[in-house]
Amino acid sequence: MDLQSLTYLVVGATFALYIGIAIVARAGSTRDFYIAGGGVNPVANGMATAADWMSAASFISMAGMIAFMGYGGSVFLMGWTGGFVILALLLAPYLRKYGKFTVPEFIGDRYYSKSARGVAVLCLIICSITYVIGQMKGIGVAFSRFLEVDYETGLLTGMCIVFFYAVLGGMKGITYTQIAQYCVLIFAYTIPAIFISLQLTGFALPQIGLGSMLSGTDVYLLDRLDQVVTDLGFREYTTDSRGSTLNMFAFTLSLMIGTAGLPHVIVRFFTVPKVRDARTSAGWALLFIAILYTTAPAVAAMARLNLMSTVEPESGQYLSYEERPQWFRNWEVTGLLSFKDKNQDGLIQYSADPVSNELVKVDNDIMVLANPEIAKLPNWVIALVAAGGLAAALSTAAGLLLAIASAISHDLLKGIFRPDISERQELLASRASMALAVLVAGYLGFNPPGFAAGTVALAFGLAASSIFPALMMGIFSMRISKEGAVAGMLAGIGITLFYVFQHKGIMFIPGTAFLGELPANWFFGIEPNAFGAVGAVINFSVAFAVSAITRPPPETVKKMVASIRVPNLKNDSNLV
Amino acid sequence: MRDSNDDRMAEYWSKNVSLMLRVFLIWFVVSFGCGIVFVDWLNQFRLGGYPMGFWFAQQGSVFVFVGLVFYYAHKMSSIDREFGVDEEAD
Repeated sequence: MDLQSLTYLVVGATFALYIGIAIVARAGSTRDFYIAGGGVNPVANGMATAADWMSAASFISMAGMIAFMGYGGSVFLMGWTGGFVILALLLAPYLRKYGKFTVPEFIGDRYYSKSARGVAVLCLIICSITYVIGQMKGIGVAFSRFLEVDYETGLLTGMCIVFFYAVLGGMKGITYTQIAQYCVLIFAYTIPAIFISLQLTGFALPQIGLGSMLSGTDVYLLDRLDQVVTDLGFREYTTDSRGSTLNMFAFTLSLMIGTAGLPHVIVRFFTVPKVRDARTSAGWALLFIAILYTTAPAVAAMARLNLMSTVEPESGQYLSYEERPQWFRNWEVTGLLSFKDKNQDGLIQYSADPVSNELVKVDNDIMVLANPEIAKLPNWVIALVAAGGLAAALSTAAGLLLAIASAISHDLLKGIFRPDISERQELLASRASMALAVLVAGYLGFNPPGFAAGTVALAFGLAASSIFPALMMGIFSMRISKEGAVAGMLAGIGITLFYVFQHKGIMFIPGTAFLGELPANWFFGIEPNAFGAVGAVINFSVAFAVSAITRPPPETVKKMVASIRVPNLKNDSNLV
Repeated sequence: MRDSNDDRMAEYWSKNVSLMLRVFLIWFVVSFGCGIVFVDWLNQFRLGGYPMGFWFAQQGSVFVFVGLVFYYAHKMSSIDREFGVDEEAD
């Protein structure tokens, strides 16, 4: 069967599965809709969390970034996994014990203030919308590349699928489809990696293969890679750092805190039955994520090596452009890979020197998708990768849309404007706001704002500088008052926005960056993407300072904090 | 109103916090320590084909994180039982 029909078959089968699950797992109450009834098994929740967390960026882009950054790409690996340790220890068990539906709801109750809840809703919506645009774009691109339909048709198909199971099933439908999506995406990621690792090193486990010798030689894979890239003038793969040590440090910390503060991930821990389950469930989530995240460095290094040896099979002997392989032609059509014959010899010379380099564009994002083709794997593996990429994008989009919808129906409508609506009306409102969120995300996917690329930094920056510190102080300090929390959140967001905008333009409009995107102007050499950690420190400091001079929280709040700290407190009457 | 139960709960909380601090110490050492600050020094040692610092940054730290979360969950369950606040109690 040809690749085209095979891809349709595999992707079609996975979609039928997601829709089947959605019909079985319909939401009957607001509790089903927001937290899947609160009865999800911790291992199942771990799997759903992993799919929720791993987006198109983790699946498609991450290995590609590492392939071209080498050691510097480690910030993503450590940052995006280390955040789960923070989440598991500092937030998940206590928010589960609190036992209500949303993140802003906790902030509103703990800081006895509707304005704190409002600020939290605002941060949540900005964070989630910026994040969801990227997923919508990923869905459109994956469809258009693999099914050879245009971008719009691809996006529309994706929207219909998400619309169907998210509006119908809410968190309950999303949870069970995410479990299926995790299985699809992890197979799709690891199977090509295992094949390639076997081809190159003879070891099936990519984690072992990366540290082994190349088959039939006595040279370690990483040593060969270091040598090949330095021969072409690139920096050594295993030591190529991302900026200064301080920048690596701040970037990793920002990604960690940002991960722990992302509302669509936090809310997953509201769905398990017990506090103990929230703790172990975080472990399962991290284990399921680690399977992909420890495979990614192997995919990265092996893809880079394969790319290098395709264009330059022996040192000094270059591939002729006329004899380029089929995958090279396919990606040229998309514009993500391009060749310019500068010295007119018909050969592809790849080097770090921009003057003589003829492979003028190699987009990071093609590495994972093209990898199976570069390694000449069978067609069904390539079809599986397409289904995996779509599963990753769809599962994350659904989780984000739920976070947005529940912030609107539960926090804004029920919590602030119309506290008197009935359960049935609220369920209807939550479905309506979910439908609205899908439409808005779809609209933004059709008309991606020019600043979409820069906004991911903003999503993490906001989560790190506003949501995470407010939650953590709410649990670990009884002294933080509502004034302290609101001032802290606003200061944290303010300084992060200011720093990102001053280097990347106000609202990312080119030309309005008043300090320019110049590394020389970076505060202690910290890049804007890594500034969330600084924003978080400022949030903590302002909150403590303001709380010290304002009235302490009332006794009822102190009791609430005391009770969320203990899984099963005797005389636990103050918790509703 | 302070009674003996409040003192017990304060003790429970301080045990929890000190366990957390220990877990975070290891978390910090493997990622920020071995993976970033001491990476060049560690790279002089090797683990098969991996330079040691590079291995910590791209493999080792992630494995340790997984272990830490399960270790914390396991330890906390026994602390919960010790203080009679585990959820099996009712």
